[in-house]
Amino acid sequence: MGEFEVHRVRFFSYVPAGVRCLAYHRRTDRLALARTDGAVEVYNFAANYFQEKAIPGHEARTVEALCWAAGDRLFGAGLGGDISEYDLERLRVKRSVDGFGGPIWSMAANAGGTRLAIGCEDGSVKLFHVVPDGVQFERNLDRQQGRVLCLSWHPSETHIAAGSVDLLRVLDVGSGRTVQRIMVNYHVQKSKKRECVVWSVAFLSSGTVVSSDSFGRLQFWDWERGTLLESHTVSTSAVLSLAVSEKEDSIVVGTSAGATYQFQLLPVKMGSQDKHWVRTKPFQHHTHDVRAVAHSPTALISGGLDAQLVIRPLMEKMQKKGYEAVLRKFTFPHRRLVSSARKARLLLFQFSQHLELWKLGSTDESGKDGEVLPVCRAPEHLVQLKSKGPEHIYCSCVSPCGSWIAYSTASRFHLYRAQYEGDGVSIKKVANVPKLLLPAYQLQCSADSGSLFVASDQGSVHVLQLLEPGGCKHLHTLRPPSGTLEAVYLLASSADGNWLAAASGDWEIHIYSLKRFKHHCTVPMYSCAVTALAIHPVTNNLVIAYSDQQLFEFSIPEKQYTAWSRTVQNSGLHRAWLERDSPITHIAFNPKNPSHILLHDVYMFCVLDKSLPLPDDSASLMNQSALKQLPETARKRQLHAFKICKKFQPLLFADLLDENCLVMVERPIMDIKTQLPPPIQQKKFGT
Amino acid sequence: MVAPAALRVVRCGGSKLHGARAVFSADARYLLCTSGDFVKMYSVGTEETVCMLQGHADLVTGIQLNPQNHLQLYSSSLDGTIKLWDFTDGILIKTFIVGYKLLALYALANCEDSVFAVIPKSGERDSFQLVSVKLTKTAGQEMEAKELSVILDGVDESPKHTAFGREGEYVASVKEVNLQVYFFKRKQMNRFSLSATNTKGGNNRFTCVACHPKEDCIATGHGDGKIRLWRNFCHNKEYTFSTLHWHHDIVMDLAFSVEGTSLLSGGIESVLVQWHNGSDCKKDFLPRLGSAIEYISVSSDGTSYCTSHTDNRITIINSNLRFSKSIQGLIKGRDVKTGLVVDPRTKALVLNGEPGHLQFYCLQSDKQLYSLDIVQQEYIHQAGLNQLDLVKVAFSAQGKWLATVEEREETDLELQLKLWVFDEETQSFKLNTRINMPHEDHITAMCFRDRDEFEDDSPMLVTAGKDCLFKAWVIVEDTDPEAQQSVSWSCDFVGSYHNYQATNCCFSEDGSLLAVSFEETITVWDSVTWDLKCTFCHPPGKIRNICFGRLTCSKYLIGATDHGFLCCWNLLSCALEWSAQLNVLVLQPDPLSEHIAAVSWLSKDSSLFVFKPNKPRPICIQRNLCKEKIQFAAFVPRDIPETIVSEKYLWLRRSQLYFLTNTQELMTFSTKSPEERLTPSSKQLAVEESLPMTPFSLLLGKHRQQSQEDVDLGKVVIHNHHNQDSPAVKELLHTPAHVLPSASFLCPIFINSLLTSKESKSAEEIADEVEMESEEAEDDSDEERDIIEMEQDDLRPMDFLGETTCRLSKSQEKELRKIRKMDYSWISSF
Repeated sequence: MGEFEVHRVRFFSYVPAGVRCLAYHRRTDRLALARTDGAVEVYNFAANYFQEKAIPGHEARTVEALCWAAGDRLFGAGLGGDISEYDLERLRVKRSVDGFGGPIWSMAANAGGTRLAIGCEDGSVKLFHVVPDGVQFERNLDRQQGRVLCLSWHPSETHIAAGSVDLLRVLDVGSGRTVQRIMVNYHVQKSKKRECVVWSVAFLSSGTVVSSDSFGRLQFWDWERGTLLESHTVSTSAVLSLAVSEKEDSIVVGTSAGATYQFQLLPVKMGSQDKHWVRTKPFQHHTHDVRAVAHSPTALISGGLDAQLVIRPLMEKMQKKGYEAVLRKFTFPHRRLVSSARKARLLLFQFSQHLELWKLGSTDESGKDGEVLPVCRAPEHLVQLKSKGPEHIYCSCVSPCGSWIAYSTASRFHLYRAQYEGDGVSIKKVANVPKLLLPAYQLQCSADSGSLFVASDQGSVHVLQLLEPGGCKHLHTLRPPSGTLEAVYLLASSADGNWLAAASGDWEIHIYSLKRFKHHCTVPMYSCAVTALAIHPVTNNLVIAYSDQQLFEFSIPEKQYTAWSRTVQNSGLHRAWLERDSPITHIAFNPKNPSHILLHDVYMFCVLDKSLPLPDDSASLMNQSALKQLPETARKRQLHAFKICKKFQPLLFADLLDENCLVMVERPIMDIKTQLPPPIQQKKFGT
Repeated sequence: MVAPAALRVVRCGGSKLHGARAVFSADARYLLCTSGDFVKMYSVGTEETVCMLQGHADLVTGIQLNPQNHLQLYSSSLDGTIKLWDFTDGILIKTFIVGYKLLALYALANCEDSVFAVIPKSGERDSFQLVSVKLTKTAGQEMEAKELSVILDGVDESPKHTAFGREGEYVASVKEVNLQVYFFKRKQMNRFSLSATNTKGGNNRFTCVACHPKEDCIATGHGDGKIRLWRNFCHNKEYTFSTLHWHHDIVMDLAFSVEGTSLLSGGIESVLVQWHNGSDCKKDFLPRLGSAIEYISVSSDGTSYCTSHTDNRITIINSNLRFSKSIQGLIKGRDVKTGLVVDPRTKALVLNGEPGHLQFYCLQSDKQLYSLDIVQQEYIHQAGLNQLDLVKVAFSAQGKWLATVEEREETDLELQLKLWVFDEETQSFKLNTRINMPHEDHITAMCFRDRDEFEDDSPMLVTAGKDCLFKAWVIVEDTDPEAQQSVSWSCDFVGSYHNYQATNCCFSEDGSLLAVSFEETITVWDSVTWDLKCTFCHPPGKIRNICFGRLTCSKYLIGATDHGFLCCWNLLSCALEWSAQLNVLVLQPDPLSEHIAAVSWLSKDSSLFVFKPNKPRPICIQRNLCKEKIQFAAFVPRDIPETIVSEKYLWLRRSQLYFLTNTQELMTFSTKSPEERLTPSSKQLAVEESLPMTPFSLLLGKHRQQSQEDVDLGKVVIHNHHNQDSPAVKELLHTPAHVLPSASFLCPIFINSLLTSKESKSAEEIADEVEMESEEAEDDSDEERDIIEMEQDDLRPMDFLGETTCRLSKSQEKELRKIRKMDYSWISSF
């Protein structure tokens, strides 16, 4: 594997925002997720659960509800009082409409996806038509006291169930009247009466309304008579969310204690028609409130305030045990939040609304493998750049020399020139940046820090020339010859400054010649999302990692896959490699060892040695510790191409600074937990 | 008449009450539970034993009410039979001989002619199968039931591991980590298995299973304390289960309530947990039940639950989880270190009970009398903790003083000798003296000098220890005016012999001599002057047991060595009288006669030798007593001397020998054949079969007609009663009040019995009585006269007592007994 001096960085104090709501779209097998900071993400389950789109948040735009309507259009509504439609190609809000009902707490689309109902602070339920260019107000339904916290359409679209504090209502869509009022805490003693918040409702086609409330109950009501059919006390704390499977035989609920439970509709006796709901499986994957749950045909999906998205496949729906049936947890975004200035030994950390520039520490000692070296100069926090305005940062980068810092929000692009005088640093904003079509989705500096590549929508990449002592000039805009609507989200430039590779949302990778500002070629289409790209500094081979964990090497000069890449495809990658959960998010190279490719995902760092044979499925993929035990001769025989190190977890970024110096940016989960508010106190046995 | 019966080893109560799930009678007034070879019926209201169903020749493994007739009970036993009982009358109705060891029994309401049992699979060890046994309905008491059909293979032997589902639709059985469910109608078998351990290291092994009475739901208990509720198990793939977790260790048993709305679970926490509606959130607890819960059963009317505990206790619990009654048997479990000691006052057997407690166990009623807290420290249930343990117990001759030794061995030994005095006021023992570290090392033996019949002069206690000393302790007047009691114990003499470890000590019958064994040597000391009188040894063996002879043989000292010799020394001549090669484990003298019982262990089985010290030939040899090693034995004086036919077994006349094996089984000897023990009930059955018995026919019409045949029958029926009191009175007193007929009915008979003892007797009966009076014997059967003649010289003044009370005529006795057996419940309907 080779020995490296590793900067083990733990001062990136990134805290992912909690999950606020989830919307699963069955036809496209995608999951939309909104975080508490207003960010919206789309996960593509078909592409190995890759986080395909990410729309950064907005201070004033919290999202309380998400729904898919009219095919695959995504709508969101929040406490800002607007209904917004998201543009999933340009990754921004397409348009928003004011609901005129104060903060919106809930939104639900009907079964056909033609109408949206919103529940507002003022107690009204409003209907909107989904029209091709947005939504159009249709009518108000009966208004009553108390905010409407949750809504659910009857599958026949004739009625809506709305939950608010202490109360559950059923509204007739045709007449707009309230046809049933159900007091959910009716039988609670007067003296003990607390406010009972109905956090979530679901309207089943049988006419049963399912409600979950802050008393920890999941209740089933007959809406016509207003009677309680079944009541299950799930938890001592509130039940915050519920979701029903499409067949209406399974319900998943999430509680504020971090537990999720599955309820199943099971026959009381074998072969009888008499069925009742039974609480079956409890899961405790979260430490904090489970604010959102979703039910896909084969899995239970839950998202919590601890920022975790958990996908728990249902064993009985799986054809066979194995990779498909494995629990998946996602905490970190599937994109890069850190950029490094290799020469200047700087790290730029991207937060939602600010950037931090750090200088790495250094040591003058050397030691053996595994030793911790004393730091003679501690890492230094140089600059904090606060983004102005309510918009969150889309992307950022620092040039290899460290003197240029760029970032972009939804509507603005900023470029800074940093000057280092001794220990101090001065930052100067570059004025007169060219007006570009914003936002930028990815920023990349060329190796010589002479130009900046800005990924933009419609597959275009702008090339800016960085001028000393502090200016920039728009040189060219590169566009794919075929044209596309999807934005570019990954860029890679070659070390010699000749080539630029750009991957767009439709998973096409275009290679441009920077000398001639011309489209050079297109990498053959592969049916999976690209997760990382890099061009080898010596051979100018483009290395591509896909979300299904496949690796390709494409020779840019020859416009074809390299021989090694073909061997990999012929022999196939190791099964353990393919069954990893998290995508490769960064690729780097060792200029001294051209056959080495450095890859990392959240849980491992890997040096891929192309000169060594590929492992077959019988060999162990993670054999580094086993190899150390072996004598030299035996070790030779056991060597294979993948040299994996799992020492650094969770790994947000890894890069090679120079020949034998690595930087690893870790973000321990425990550090995140300490930043979160304390969870509900629960007595643990034995403590 | 009766051939001399052979000596049999029988289990005498004290057996596990938790061998199988207890069963409530249909009206929940009686509780039936297995107890060794018997089935006992307790009254739920009074916790008294109502009757005992005897007849099985081996352990009873399962009992079930007959689903067709709730007054009948099936019982299965390791002897390979299923017996059908009328338990209200204690009558054996039928015996079905299956021919295999039966390990568990299940009865279903919809299977009229068959029951289910777990039997060992032929040809394979540790492999068991569930079979259905067809019970043929032909007349006759004994019949073969060989029609077996296998339902499940590879089941577990424990009755808790198999359960029948709602209306007998399916059967669920668990073993290790596998659950198998067989549907009778569809003939479909579903198997589910768990991984042996889960991700958090829990133990997923199944420990018990129960089925919901109304729904398709199976509850299983697991080794890590989880309870899983399985549903939808008719689908092999889409089955599902939910988990309830409260127990922190093995779930020992599960039971659903009658309607299935709640689930009861119990484990080693000694807490009964009631789960409502299968919800994790709603549960109730009944804590502090004393010891681990082995079985839970529910009465069919839902009013009571009952839990069987590992310490041989049954707790009856109301359905609102209120503790109601408890039935305590002999506590067994851990090591019995104290041995078997007889309390001279109550004649109860005294041994280790709960940790740190001394239990007083009444052999006659098979009940614990009381439990004395000796250690007086809380016992902490945790593995690997060394806690104070009670190791030695001794009573003074009249039971006034009790000496106990407790020890704890950690890095250094902690010893305590406590002396307790019996307080007449509170009728219990009170701590008098506590001596810390009486010896520097373990105490090996302890005995009181039981010379004095009245105990007014100084009693003496001798302790022998591994620190090579023996110490004599005497009572001294306490000079301290502040002291609460006037007397306390202190050390009087310390003796040693060549720095050998003292291993045994024993006083002669008159208390003048003390024998202390020091490894290979027995030393005899004068207990007044503390002079060493003489020494005996039988090299090379070390002395294992010593005892003095009694009564006519008090000049002998018996010792057993670990080299396999039993020696008898004459104290007058100081010479070896005789010796025999015998590997004696237990040497126990009878306090009421010269007999000494020695139990030997010869590769694989124990044998009993009873001898008198003056003759080297044993009186009685009983080989192959049992397969287990015998740890302790004790002679318990009988209340009434037994009539023994054979000369060989005369030693059993005055006291009964009880012994405890190393599997903690309490056994005794019986000279009666099993048939004899059964006689009363089966004879009664015969009577009932020949004469249709209606209450009225008995009450009114049958009096005169029956009197004649009753005279004949009665003789046999009361054959075994040797009561000195009038049987009628005894009958009245010993029958539980709730089964007696009304007092107005009994009164004339009772009065009559007192008045007409002389007048109404037939000629032969008068003759009988004359004989009895002349010979001072107790009973009327012929064979007993022989013994009486032989034993005449041995009679003691005690035997003359009690003969003066009037006796009831045979016919009246018979009548009374019959009345007692009858069902008077019909009266209540008026």
